[in-house]
Amino acid sequence: MKKHWYHYLWIWSVLYFGMGFFNILFAWLGLVSFALPLIMAFGFGHKGFCNRYCDRGQTLRALGQLGFSRRRDIPEWMKGRAFRYGFMVFFFGMFGSVLYTTWLVYSGAESLQQVVSLFWTFHFPWEWAYSGAVSPWTAQFAFGLYSLMLTSEVIALLTMLLFRPRSWCVYCPMGTLTQLICEAKGSKQES
Amino acid sequence: MTEKVKKLSPRHAVVDRAACVACGTCEDVCPRGAIAIYRGQYAKVQEEHCVGCGICAGECPASIIKVEVRA
Repeated sequence: MKKHWYHYLWIWSVLYFGMGFFNILFAWLGLVSFALPLIMAFGFGHKGFCNRYCDRGQTLRALGQLGFSRRRDIPEWMKGRAFRYGFMVFFFGMFGSVLYTTWLVYSGAESLQQVVSLFWTFHFPWEWAYSGAVSPWTAQFAFGLYSLMLTSEVIALLTMLLFRPRSWCVYCPMGTLTQLICEAKGSKQES
Repeated sequence: MTEKVKKLSPRHAVVDRAACVACGTCEDVCPRGAIAIYRGQYAKVQEEHCVGCGICAGECPASIIKVEVRA
C-alpha cells in the first residue's frame, strides 16, 4: 500500500494530548478537528477530513497495522442508524454542556474547575497545566474540550482493540454529521 | 474488425450503500484505486477496475463490503 503524508497525521494526536498534559490551553486546538470536517462538508460536499486527514482515524489505522486490533466484526447495533444518531446527539449534547459550564465560569456563577474528566465520571486533578495566565473561562473551555477529546479517544481505542482498527469511524459523531450534511447537499443537487 | 473487450474479474466488491458510513477506509487500502467515497455519502466501486481481492472487505470497519461472484 502506498504511504502518503497524511498517514503520519497520528503525530498530531500525540502532540495534542501531550501538549494538553503540560498546558491545557493547547486543548483549544481541538476545535480544528471540529471546524475542518464541517468546512469540507458544508463548503465542498465531501468527507475529505474523515477519508484522509483525521488524526484519530490515522492513529487507529497505524495501531491496527501494528497488530493491536482483534479485527472482529463490530456488533450490528453499533453500526445501526439508531446508535449512530443517538451517540451523535449525546456527544454534541456533552459539547453543549462544556459550552454551558464555560458560560457559568465567564458569568461568575461558578469557579474554574481544574480537572480533566474521563467518561464524565472520573475527575482527575490537572492544576499543573494551568498557570493562570488567561481568564478562567478560557481555561474552563480548554479543560472541558480536553476531557471530551480524551474520553472519545479512549472509547475509540477500546473499540479499535475489540473490533476493527477504525471502528470509531462507524459511530464517530462528526463523521455521522458530515455524512448527513453531504447526503442533504447531494439530494438538494439532484432535485 | 473485432472490438477489444476488457475481461472483468470473476469476483468483485459489493457495497451495502445504505449501511456505509463513508469513512474512506476502503479507498485508503484499495491497491487499484477501484473504490472511492462518492460525495461524502457512500463507497462506490469502479467495476472495470475491481478485481475482487477483498482487501477493502477485510478492512471496512462496518463490515458492509462483501466480495461476490459477478452476475
